[in-house]
Amino acid sequence: MITLVIVSFAVFFATEMLPGDVAEILLGQAATPEAVAGLREAMGLNEPAFSRFLGWLGGLATGDMGRSYVNDIEVVDLLGRRLGNSLRLAAVVTMICVPFALTCGIAAAMWQGSLLDRAVSILTISVISVPEFMVATLAVLIFAVWLGWLPALSYGADATSFVALIKAYAMPVITLTCVVSAQMIRMTRAAVIETINTPYVEMALLKGASRRRMVLRHALPNALGPIANAVALSLSYLVGGVIIVETVFNYPGVAKLMVDAVATRDLPLIQSCAMVFCVSYLSLITLADVIATLSNPRLRQ
Amino acid sequence: MIDHHDTPRGLRLPRFGYAFNMTGRIGLAVILFWAVIAIIAPLITPYPPGEIVDWDYFGPVSKSYWMGTDYLGRDILSRVLMGARYTVGISLAGVTLACAGGIVFGMVAAVIGGWFDTILSRLLDAFNGIPSLLFGLVVVAAVGSSIPVLILTLAAIYLPGSYRFARALAVNVNTMDFVTVARARGEKTGYLIRAEILPNILGPVLADLGLRFVFIVLVLSGLSFLGIGVQPPHADWGGLVRENIEGLSLGAPAVIFPCIAIASLTISVNMFIDNLPKKIRDRSQ
Repeated sequence: MITLVIVSFAVFFATEMLPGDVAEILLGQAATPEAVAGLREAMGLNEPAFSRFLGWLGGLATGDMGRSYVNDIEVVDLLGRRLGNSLRLAAVVTMICVPFALTCGIAAAMWQGSLLDRAVSILTISVISVPEFMVATLAVLIFAVWLGWLPALSYGADATSFVALIKAYAMPVITLTCVVSAQMIRMTRAAVIETINTPYVEMALLKGASRRRMVLRHALPNALGPIANAVALSLSYLVGGVIIVETVFNYPGVAKLMVDAVATRDLPLIQSCAMVFCVSYLSLITLADVIATLSNPRLRQ
Repeated sequence: MIDHHDTPRGLRLPRFGYAFNMTGRIGLAVILFWAVIAIIAPLITPYPPGEIVDWDYFGPVSKSYWMGTDYLGRDILSRVLMGARYTVGISLAGVTLACAGGIVFGMVAAVIGGWFDTILSRLLDAFNGIPSLLFGLVVVAAVGSSIPVLILTLAAIYLPGSYRFARALAVNVNTMDFVTVARARGEKTGYLIRAEILPNILGPVLADLGLRFVFIVLVLSGLSFLGIGVQPPHADWGGLVRENIEGLSLGAPAVIFPCIAIASLTISVNMFIDNLPKKIRDRSQ
């Protein structure tokens, strides 16, 4: 909670530093000084920054995010429409990503050091070490340019039929899934291996349990906490990934809205978008913490 | 901060004389390659990087243009070579600032402890709660993009993480007997940090610096890709990808080679760090 306040503080004052007077920008070149002063008065820009910050924070809490400077629409309306798109993207990615990543991670841990494990390790480390836009670029190259299965830019307005809808979503989903599951696989693998190395699992092995039984029956239940923690943590990578991916594929989500708002210097919009991202990021991280604490009594003090 | 920069000469730095395995060596070689390129880039570019040399845009790989030409007909090889300066230089400056700051604050917090430690830790943890790319986007959008702003922003983004890491290590060292002895001798905080703590956390901290370098390269490329990083007419590798993204549907080499450059740098740093001798890497566990 305190974290959230500090974060909002940072977001607000970072955007406050925007050069140029908002009123002057809005009224354009031909504005008279009186008009500028009048607008400043009307927008409450003459009040000290701190009281404006409090007002803004209060507005956020009650769902009033102000009006967009550029197109004079309530920010809530703008955000609401885009948020649905972004959440849908995130939900689809999560649904594909979690089962896939868990299977890969657990399998890699089970046959540690095998060919499969090494292939998975090399693949994940490659994906992690390249920027998201590069994964996107590669996906476009492979699926749109070489194979010609999908359109290079995702979101056509004519997404009416089911196939068209799938085609529109495919590219961003593929990209995000790659980025997020790479993280998830690595962390899952590490979590399971850590459990495998404990004495009681070794005991199971010595008793003559098969490798599969040893991992699935003995190690896995105890690794569930760390794995859930890993899942929540990796999903927080969605927040960074989505910014790039929505820009690359022109997907009408919150991130695209924010990047456009940055280009047009639309303060209330930038602030609100930034807060949406920070809140979702923080809740995922907090969720990860809570899961880690719940699953491991030793962390409860 | 001054301490950190002045003292490493006097400390016994056990950094050399370790044997690296093959993967580590390849990684190191690629890193050195790009470092050298970044330094001597202006001497070896075949064409001036800003000049339009070919009438054809998105030209293919050819004898005179080894990596093809970009959307204006400029030579990609020259631009990639010059881009190395921006990518490597800015990232290096950013990571140095972030880690120097993080390490110094971390050690001071661990040694002094008490409310200083609590407040600093809480504050920096809060900053850790802002997604890195988002923070960069907001700040750079606010202050305007220039190279010093980029460096400072990147440093600010990664300072909390570095602080956390260094503090965790330093807290462990801080409880050891030789530190208690030094404290009983009446040594000052500055001495404790410089002579007792720093040498004992240096290995893992340097490994951490390498990993953070990769993150910074990624965020910088991301920012440039969004158009708020290095500004035209100059371009780092992320900017090169952005400029030529139009050529993607043509499969132009102008998009592919900057991507390869980024990937080769980041993957090789990761490979190098992953294969550091255990002695350096695993002190944290």
